[in-house]
Amino acid sequence: MKSGAGTLLTLAGFFAVLSLFSVGGGNSAVPEMHRYAVDVQHWLTDQQFADTFALAQLTPGPNLIIVALVGFHVAGVLGGVVAMLAMCGPTGVAAYFVGRASERFRGKMWHSAISRGLVPVTIGLTAASATVIATTADYGWTAGAVTVVTAVTCYFARINPIWVFAGAAALGLAGLV
Amino acid sequence: MNESSPLRALPTAPSEQVPLPSFTALFITFATISLYGFGGVLAWSRRMMVEERGWLTPEQFNELYALCSMLPGGNILNFSVIFGSRFRGPIGALVAIAGLLGPPMLLIMIVGAIYAHYGDVPAFRRMLTGVASAAAGLMMATVAKMARPLFNGRSVAVPLVAIITFVAIGIMQWPLPLVLAVIVPVSIGIAWVRL
Repeated sequence: MKSGAGTLLTLAGFFAVLSLFSVGGGNSAVPEMHRYAVDVQHWLTDQQFADTFALAQLTPGPNLIIVALVGFHVAGVLGGVVAMLAMCGPTGVAAYFVGRASERFRGKMWHSAISRGLVPVTIGLTAASATVIATTADYGWTAGAVTVVTAVTCYFARINPIWVFAGAAALGLAGLV
Repeated sequence: MNESSPLRALPTAPSEQVPLPSFTALFITFATISLYGFGGVLAWSRRMMVEERGWLTPEQFNELYALCSMLPGGNILNFSVIFGSRFRGPIGALVAIAGLLGPPMLLIMIVGAIYAHYGDVPAFRRMLTGVASAAAGLMMATVAKMARPLFNGRSVAVPLVAIITFVAIGIMQWPLPLVLAVIVPVSIGIAWVRL
C-alpha cells in the first residue's frame, strides 16, 4: 500500500479523466480501469481486480463504488475518498447543469424527441449490462437457475429483494451454487 | 401492484399541491436506495421512486434515467443530482448524492478490510457467487418492468431499437461509442417522427 500526495494526485487525475468517458453507467468504465490499475500502474493483480469487481457488485450501493475500493487498496481510506470524489465531482456538476438546461427546454419539440429517443436505447443498454454481470465469474447451471428464479420472482411478486439475496447467499455458503 | 401513479409529483414543475420531499426525506430515501442496492442501485431507485414513494411515474422515471445514462458518470449518481436539484435546488442535489454515496463508502472500506483478511476462504467466495447470480436476476426483472411501456403495441420501431441495442452490446459486444453513434440519432429520429 503506497500513499503520499503523489499517489493521491495520480488517483484523482486518473479517475477524474475516466469519469468523463464512462457513458452508459459505471460498468462501462471497468475495462479502462482494469487496464490502468493492473497493466499500467500495477496497483492490483488480475485476481485482485476481479475480486474487487465482485465485491463492489455485492456491496450495497452504486456499482461505481468499485472506484472507492480501488482507491482504498492503493492508498487507504484517504485514497478511497479521493478516488470517489474525483470520479463523481466533475460529472456531478455536469449533470446538475444539464438537468437545469433540460428543464428549461422542456416543451420544445427537439427536447421531447431527444428525451423519448434515449429511452429505448437506455433500456437495451441496461439489459446488456445485466447479461454481462450474469456471465462474469464462475457461472454454472445452478448459478443460472438462481438468476432465472430471482428474475421471475422479482418481476411478478412485490417481494423485498433482500430476502432473495439472503437465500442466494445461504445457497452459496451451503456450496450449492 | 399499482404502478400507474398519477402525476402527483412532477419533478419538473413543483407546485403547491406537490408535497416536496424534505432534505431529510431526500437523504433517507437515497441512503435506503443505496443500502438496499445489491448488484447496483437501479432496481431500488425504481422501486422507491415509482412503486413506494410515488415521486415519479414509470414514464417519468424512464425519461429521467435515460437522460442520466447518456451523461458521463454513474447513472444513479447523476439521477440523484438532477432529482435532488429539481426538488430542492443545489443543496438538494448535494444532500441526495451524500445519501447515495456516504453509507456505501463506509461499508466498502470495511468490506475491503475484511477481504484483505478472508479473501481466500472458499465459503466466502461461493457466497459471493450466489449473491452475484441473484443480482443479475434482479437487474433483469427491473429492465423487464422498465421495458413494459415500450411494448404497448403503439409502435414496432421503438421496442426494436431497445432490442437492437441489447443485441449489439450484450451479445455481439460491439464497441459502445460506435453503437451509440449509430443508434442514438436513429432513435431520436423515430421519436421526432412520432411526436
